[in-house]
Amino acid sequence: MKAKRIAVSLGTTIAMLAATGIQAEDGYDAPAHWPSPIVEHPRGSLLVDRLEYARPDEGDDALVWDFRAWYGGDVNRVYLKGEGENVQGDGEAPEFESLDLLYSRLIAPFWELQGGIGYQGGIATDDHLERYFGVINLQGLVPYRFETDADLRISEDGDLSASLESEYDVRITQRLFLQPRLEMAVSADEVPEFGIGKGLNSVRTGLRLRYEFHRKFAPYIGGYWQKTYGDTADMARAEGEATEDTGIVAGIRMWY
Amino acid sequence: MIKANQTASPLTRRQVLKGGSALGLGAMALRLSPAWAAPWGQTAAYPQGTEQGPNVSLAIRRESFPVAGQSARPISINGTSPGPLVRLREGQDAVLRVTNLLEEPTSIHWHGLILPPEMDGVPGVSFAGIAPGETFTYRFPVRQNGTYWYHSHSGLQEQLGHAGPLIIDAAEPEPFRYDREHVLLLTDWSFEDPATIFHNLKIGEGYYNFQERTVADFFADVERHGFADTAAQRAMWADMRMSSRDIADVTGSTYTYLMNGQSPSQNWTALFKPGETQRLRVINGSAMTYFDVRIPGLTMTVVAADGQPIQPVPVEEFRIGVAETYDVLVTPEANTAYTLFAESMDRSGYASGTLAPRLGMTAPIPVRRQIADRGMEAMGAHAGMDMSGMSDMQGMDHSAMQGMDNAKMPGMDHSAMQGMDHAKMPGMDHSTMQGMDHAKMPGMDHSSMQGMDRGHMADAASGRTDGMLPVGVAQPGSRLDQPGIGIDPGERRVLVYRDLKALRPWPDRRPPGRELELHLTGNMERYMWSFDGKKFSEVTGPIHFEKDERLRLILVNDTMMEHPIHLHGMWMELENGAGELIPRKHTLNVKPGERLSALITADAEGSWAFHCHLLYHMDAGMFRVVKVA
Repeated sequence: MKAKRIAVSLGTTIAMLAATGIQAEDGYDAPAHWPSPIVEHPRGSLLVDRLEYARPDEGDDALVWDFRAWYGGDVNRVYLKGEGENVQGDGEAPEFESLDLLYSRLIAPFWELQGGIGYQGGIATDDHLERYFGVINLQGLVPYRFETDADLRISEDGDLSASLESEYDVRITQRLFLQPRLEMAVSADEVPEFGIGKGLNSVRTGLRLRYEFHRKFAPYIGGYWQKTYGDTADMARAEGEATEDTGIVAGIRMWY
Repeated sequence: MIKANQTASPLTRRQVLKGGSALGLGAMALRLSPAWAAPWGQTAAYPQGTEQGPNVSLAIRRESFPVAGQSARPISINGTSPGPLVRLREGQDAVLRVTNLLEEPTSIHWHGLILPPEMDGVPGVSFAGIAPGETFTYRFPVRQNGTYWYHSHSGLQEQLGHAGPLIIDAAEPEPFRYDREHVLLLTDWSFEDPATIFHNLKIGEGYYNFQERTVADFFADVERHGFADTAAQRAMWADMRMSSRDIADVTGSTYTYLMNGQSPSQNWTALFKPGETQRLRVINGSAMTYFDVRIPGLTMTVVAADGQPIQPVPVEEFRIGVAETYDVLVTPEANTAYTLFAESMDRSGYASGTLAPRLGMTAPIPVRRQIADRGMEAMGAHAGMDMSGMSDMQGMDHSAMQGMDNAKMPGMDHSAMQGMDHAKMPGMDHSTMQGMDHAKMPGMDHSSMQGMDRGHMADAASGRTDGMLPVGVAQPGSRLDQPGIGIDPGERRVLVYRDLKALRPWPDRRPPGRELELHLTGNMERYMWSFDGKKFSEVTGPIHFEKDERLRLILVNDTMMEHPIHLHGMWMELENGAGELIPRKHTLNVKPGERLSALITADAEGSWAFHCHLLYHMDAGMFRVVKVA
């Protein structure tokens, strides 16, 4: 299986990462049993960027999440990123829109290049179709401090797609932030099982107002607008779903 | 008593007393009032007590006792945190026994002391460290005098209060006189775990900064300077993904600033008799905080820097970088109280105490200044521009340019500016600059914008052909005549590095045989700090000094933060334009975008630490080993 091959190559890169993490020999004649004067420890972090309850005008309410966790050093890291939702009242289990396990390397002061495997579907449930991807991702800060995450993914069936997420913090006070965000998805192939058409699939924009009671814990409220395009919109219409929707959200952003 | 009995080394009577105090026997009185900060004069100048040399025993423990009135778990030295005043005498052979009663290795580095490399106290460079339960005996001849300090060089222990003052009394009479002395040890205490602070710095950029620019600041600036200029200014910073308010990484949002271990509300008090001259030995023993020190109503005469005597400089205020020390004399004539005020450089807090004729007196606490915005000098130092070229153009030193004949400078080199995208730098426009507050932009200097080539300048100034400046001349690109960010020199007389002049030339009068240039570098977003773009874990070997060579170390700050750079084992003679009377220091503050130099006599064979003394910068990789062989 393609996913397995990807997993193996990922394992290799993790092994390489462990090797590069070893302290470079400074060569100043220190006896072997002396410690290094500066010891770098790998660390981990979890950011739950969005954990929110969304109430759309047209569709059903949903619990939505978007998190990323990493472990590693300054340059080499392993990421687990997940984005998904649990539509309320549909009797179905939660679904991950994406769940990516990535090796990440700092390639420029503000940029990480990431690669690994992705998954779409439910966890321990048959409620949702599932598929695997190979993922290449560029994550970082573009000038003007737009936090940006762009990925290119190829599914196990060879379907190619790309998405872009970007968000920006407007500082209203030292603790109150207004955050516009934009998400776009495009596809080079039609994947009808997943309701995906060729070309521009969807655009989603949102605006969230967040209050940082603590730097690591910030509730927010906000709203969003989303629209599907082209064949993707046609497929949605055929399913009886809205092609354009707005909604309000309330949630928390937190990290460790 | 129980605690004291666990001590592996012989105890002094005071240690036993302090062990008792840990059990609640007058604990508050002893703890909150370490003896070196006790109010009266020479021996009682410091509340945490004095350990008189040459034989001193120090026990390091982790203990629960209050800091600033709140429960805390600092590292104590002989029962106090910060530790006791260690007082040695020039000419002694010091024997300092340090017993580690922690559950982790520890160390003590004697900051600023010239001593054998194996006694320097840096685990992994000087020795293996002191394992839990072990006693390490430091032995070295004391060959200098002045105000110094000591601290742990293990991990982040220094942030937990593992530090104290170190005074060496002079063998010969000092070149100034005073009636009474007081130690002012400034520290920054946090109730957060140091590892948590480091994690927060690593993960959350600007985590501790609650003075960032907001939408309201933008509109206020628009009103003052117009939309176009304001937008252009902000666009520059935004384009570089940086904050002009990034003055301190760790701020008063987590720090309680302490003077001799006491918070402003505890109001440590130094006593004086009107008309007497007081010697204040000011030590910045903090982990991350630069302080601006003043005593409203008194002129301070600076008589020593980093323990070394200088020609007296009367000032109203001085900035003290992390790990620096200054000795100042004050002579209060009035029978009134004065506030000892140490404001953090980012204005997020202060340490304070009172200089008073009687206990229980206070004087008004000055209003803190507003945080400043960094200007062009910091910006230029950063963000993928040609750093070396750019930093040369910042704040060119006026005095260095005086007397230079323009006609002799055919090489006004504009090529250095080609690396910069003018379209992205609307602020370079003079019209924009007129709208800016010059006081807040110490680096702005019109003459400096002309893109003068360093090499040509050097030749013009020295007449030498090897391109090296003569001894003692300040580097073009230094800003040694500026006090630094957030200080308005027009407001009061503030000490600058250019003011520091030695009493007489230092012994080694040789010109440097070579120049060694090191860039101070960093990635703010990742909180990676380094020399020449490489963290300690990334370098493959030490920096080599040839035994007994005389060299010029040139430090170029490519970052937008100040860095206090500390060389162990050898003095750095700061080339501040004082010719043969350049001062010598153990710690040099390098401002953003600044280029400065120091002469070093590499007479100390062995391996030595060389690092930024901002604790978390050092831990993030801004550390090198210098090997003299």
